[in-house]
Amino acid sequence: MLLLTIDSSAGASVALTRDGAPLDAWRTEQTTSHAEVLAPAVQRMMIGAGVTGADLDGVAVGVGPGPFTGLRVGLALAHALAEAWRKPLHGICSLDSLALRATDAGVEGEFLVATDARRREVYWAQYIRDEKGSRLVRGPFGASATDLPELPAVGAGLGLYPQELRPATMDEDPSAWVPDAAELGQLAEGALVGELHGVLCQARPLYLRESDAQVPVQMRQGGS
Amino acid sequence: MSEPLVLGIETSCDETGIGIVRGTRLLANEVASSMDEHVRFGGVIPEIAARAHLEAFTPTLRTALETAGVELREIDAIAVTAGPGLAGALMVGLSAAKGLALAADKPLYGVNHLVAHVAVALVDHDAASSPLAPNTAALLVSGGHTEILRVGSLARDVELLGSTIDDAAGEAFDKTARLLGLGYPGGPAIDAAARMGDPKAFRFPRGLTMPKFEGTVQSPGKHRHNWSFSGLKTAVARAAEQFEAQGLAVPTADLAASFQEAVVDVLTAKAVRACQEHGLTSMLLGGGVAANSRLRELLAQRCADAGVELTVPPIPLCTDNGAMVAALGAQLVSAGAQASSLEIPADSSLPVERIVI
Ligand SMILES: [Zn+2]
Repeated sequence: MLLLTIDSSAGASVALTRDGAPLDAWRTEQTTSHAEVLAPAVQRMMIGAGVTGADLDGVAVGVGPGPFTGLRVGLALAHALAEAWRKPLHGICSLDSLALRATDAGVEGEFLVATDARRREVYWAQYIRDEKGSRLVRGPFGASATDLPELPAVGAGLGLYPQELRPATMDEDPSAWVPDAAELGQLAEGALVGELHGVLCQARPLYLRESDAQVPVQMRQGGS
Repeated sequence: MSEPLVLGIETSCDETGIGIVRGTRLLANEVASSMDEHVRFGGVIPEIAARAHLEAFTPTLRTALETAGVELREIDAIAVTAGPGLAGALMVGLSAAKGLALAADKPLYGVNHLVAHVAVALVDHDAASSPLAPNTAALLVSGGHTEILRVGSLARDVELLGSTIDDAAGEAFDKTARLLGLGYPGGPAIDAAARMGDPKAFRFPRGLTMPKFEGTVQSPGKHRHNWSFSGLKTAVARAAEQFEAQGLAVPTADLAASFQEAVVDVLTAKAVRACQEHGLTSMLLGGGVAANSRLRELLAQRCADAGVELTVPPIPLCTDNGAMVAALGAQLVSAGAQASSLEIPADSSLPVERIVI
């Protein structure tokens, strides 16, 4: 199965995967240039790999959680691509990328994925890896790092809140990890061939937070 | 080349617009508005608008293609508003437009929203009776912008003659309607209330009309063709407070009528004068405030007195929509303008002289 996957939940990344294995991948840690860099990255990768839209079996996209503006850029692009190519579009929680990276690195038992939600909060989800495999236990949520279960964690939330969160032990430091399209593509492939369950979702942003617009005082008292 | 078939995408404020034109012929103009979601806030909330654009994009695109009876692969070019507007809202449309252009292998034109308001005047007109005479003035009045432009050529010559230096006129309507408890959107609410009021009951300020701002024809002041509306709502609030302080009922209709008169008076006086001083003999009105009955009335009268020929497109084409973006795109394609790169940014303060980026 040939999939194009896009994630814009933290940095931005694009991957082409065939049967779950990356053919090519691109990523940037920049968080404010998604609208400029993502589409050209997709175009370069397709041309470089000699792949056309007609060759694809689908498009997958990370639905966050993540900063809203950048997240929407990736989703808008994915929607338009899937629509124009007439290919199925699959959503996938961006935090699952880091859960896969953690279990690939040997993390066992229950653990957390925590990423930067800004405003002194993290986006987090709890996963488990046991004899039955790995899966989501609960989440994703947005919360202060002080309110999380006391479990080892991976993700950029660790780097931001070293007092509140402790790293899952492994060879590499997981405190700067951000979601990546290559892992999401691998997970989407697994779900589409029926090996993974509960991974795919609608391709709509996981905002987890209302817009913080306030109703003005005059409107609340207000006339008609 | 036959007339280009262009799809236009507009997401600079609270309307998700997708329009399709063939040259100047309108084939589809689908608009999904998030206005209802902004009502309780009394103004457009950028985050709510951006969320709504993403939700509405694909359904609106499908309806537009279906209405026009065309398929994406038949389209010659994709045009999209690149600015000015709300950054987060612009990025949704721009990113989606890039996706369509990339996937369907079509040229992309990232265009100026203000110039698109002018281009819409061409829609449904055959070239022989184009309402855009050489050197037309365009008065654009909405909740997001207020400008007077000189348009030499839609594809390559647009000049800003004047603009608001603070609130847009439509924004002044919204804010004043809010403080008078008339609801949102403010334009229609004030227009309706004003019909029962006396426009001369209060004399509200006409911003930037003092000689030090305006100067003379020979030596124009810095703000000769500019407007300012931010002081107006304060003046209305003070007037209302005086009644409240005395325990009297606030004369809402008189306040609304006098406020509207102040906006429309200064708007039309300065716009018509700018035309005369730049030798422009035709004017196009655009933007959502074009729906205001008093603006249409007074502008028509003052244009007639000054010998300026006024064109007002149908209201659904005056408010933000995708057809205007498509119409400008078609002009650019026909003029052989260079297409935009897939790397172009959204530019929330794109100057009007930059027609395509
Ligand atoms: Zn507009």
